[in-house]
Amino acid sequence: MSAITTATQADIQPSIDDLKAMAQVIRRHIITMIHAAQAGHPGGSLSAADIVTALYFRVMRLDPANPSWPDRDRFILSKGHACPVWYAALAERGFFDRSHLTTLRQLNSILQGHADMRKTPGVDMTVGSLGQGICAGLGMALAGKLHGKDYHVYVMIGDGEAQEGAVWEAAMAAPRWRLDNLTVIVDNNGIQNDAFTAEIMPVEPLADKWRAFRWNVIEIDGHRMEEIVPALESVKAIKGVPTVIIAKTIKGRGVSFMENVPAWHGAAPNDAQAQAALAEIAEGLR
Amino acid sequence: MSQLHDCRDAFSAALLELAQGDARVVALTNDSLSSSKLTSFSRLFPERLINLGIAEQNTVGIASGLANGGKIPFVCGASCFLTGRALEQIKVDLAYSRANVKVCGMSSGLAYGALGATHHSIEDMAWTRAIANMVVIVPADSIETAQAVYAAAAYEGPVFLRLSRMPVPDVHGRDYQFEIGRATWLRSGTDVTIVANGTMVSRALTAAHLLAQEGISAGVLNMATVRPIDQAAIVTAAERGPIITVEEHTIYGGLGSAVAEVVVTTRPTRMRLLGIPGVFAPTGSTQWLLEYFGLTAQNICEVARDLLRGDGHHG
Ligand SMILES: Cc1ncc(C[n+]2csc(CCOP(=O)(O)OP(=O)(O)O)c2C)c(N)n1
Repeated sequence: MSAITTATQADIQPSIDDLKAMAQVIRRHIITMIHAAQAGHPGGSLSAADIVTALYFRVMRLDPANPSWPDRDRFILSKGHACPVWYAALAERGFFDRSHLTTLRQLNSILQGHADMRKTPGVDMTVGSLGQGICAGLGMALAGKLHGKDYHVYVMIGDGEAQEGAVWEAAMAAPRWRLDNLTVIVDNNGIQNDAFTAEIMPVEPLADKWRAFRWNVIEIDGHRMEEIVPALESVKAIKGVPTVIIAKTIKGRGVSFMENVPAWHGAAPNDAQAQAALAEIAEGLR
Repeated sequence: MSQLHDCRDAFSAALLELAQGDARVVALTNDSLSSSKLTSFSRLFPERLINLGIAEQNTVGIASGLANGGKIPFVCGASCFLTGRALEQIKVDLAYSRANVKVCGMSSGLAYGALGATHHSIEDMAWTRAIANMVVIVPADSIETAQAVYAAAAYEGPVFLRLSRMPVPDVHGRDYQFEIGRATWLRSGTDVTIVANGTMVSRALTAAHLLAQEGISAGVLNMATVRPIDQAAIVTAAERGPIITVEEHTIYGGLGSAVAEVVVTTRPTRMRLLGIPGVFAPTGSTQWLLEYFGLTAQNICEVARDLLRGDGHHG
């Protein structure tokens, strides 16, 4: 299909169109996995699909054959409930066989209900309790500085997750060490568990908040590959400050009946719904 | 023991009733309205339902302030995050300060089986029980859950109420009266006592029933309050013979430890502690995990037989 479906071919710089196609492959896996497990979080997995694809297939420096390569770039999905998107990207990138994907949440699966760094190749941080991944990412970036390494650390958080105090403790700490090797991406889909974030506990204006904490702030449409790639590729040139990319996204993106519907935060599609979703995703592939 | 109940329903019905009769009752949550079964509460009392978003520390801290202002806050959310993230607020703002706040931990133990170890809450009894001034209640069924909500509201001070989401049968009669700090004999026995709480009580009863068919007389003691613990009931059990404790929790610091602390300092007897043996549980369904860790009636029987064999009982 595209030039980036196998690990070896990933050396070839994939085009924006290749990435768009891969994002749909990832979306297909997300639906298949959550349908197979009959449990999981489709909404926040789908909203993150385009950004995670860009990271794994174009932006990050990785060696799937050597997941603990010391010079690798790191990614932490701090909003760990969306791990199907992470697992799908890791499998497509060649960290483990795709056949594992449908074992999501099963006993003895390498794909636990929330990502476990001791079980899944390529996962650098155990996640599931919100507000923790960003602090660990800061530590990884600090270690990189202390060791004189040039790897970059990317952390994705949710807009709901931004309600956790620890997020802002990290936001305060990163500029203190001028961690320009740390990039936080906010998957700003506007929905949390119970309802719309603006109704539960507003987090906006996010850009102003991060600016006030002295971060380099970039705002993008988190579904336009033409904006995602340049934003992610620009951060390595920024010196002396950490970057936050605030990505406007749609929860459930790519499956019309899931889009912007809070109920799809943590519900699995039934057979008919999964079929309909896969058909729409296939349509988007063309 | 036939129909099964998710005790969160009894919890929310009791809370609603309390709120209707007492304007001081407020509910707080951390973006877990529906999993805490607070949807009707929020419809009836929108201004008394305070949803702080995903911010457990803030939620518990605010509850202590509300208590200071004369409210009776019930803080509701998944037990793993509520007790884990906000433990120091529980210790200082609630327990040390003796704030009149009720922390209601939902889906505790292995109830979130397939979500993995981050969501399993198998340390919460130990954490809260270790803190001075805390009252720790783990109700066994829907009847006791409702009673515990009323008792917690009537009690002036911090309470941790540990609930599951796994449906369980009722083990108490309609006339049952829960009292903080008082354990209940659900079955008397002369050979061995099974001390359990929460979701494990009905399994202990089933085990006792099965053992009776083999001629083993097993008592069942429901230790719904873990702190303050019912010392007298434990001593009575210890005088009768060996004790098996059963908890959906790590055996490090939970119910088994609480019972053992009393046993070794008053009336030493042989004990077996059933629970999660100090490991993180894997991802898996709740039922599978309970079997995996031997938290079944069959395994309780097995352990009882083994204990009594050691006692010279039954050959
Ligand atoms: C500390 C903590 N509290 C509560 C939860 C339960 N929880 C899981 S996902 C979620 C909502 C997350 O919303 P958001 O961060 O916006 O993620 P997204 O919408 O992108 O899925 C909640 C409350 C949790 N995982 N961790």
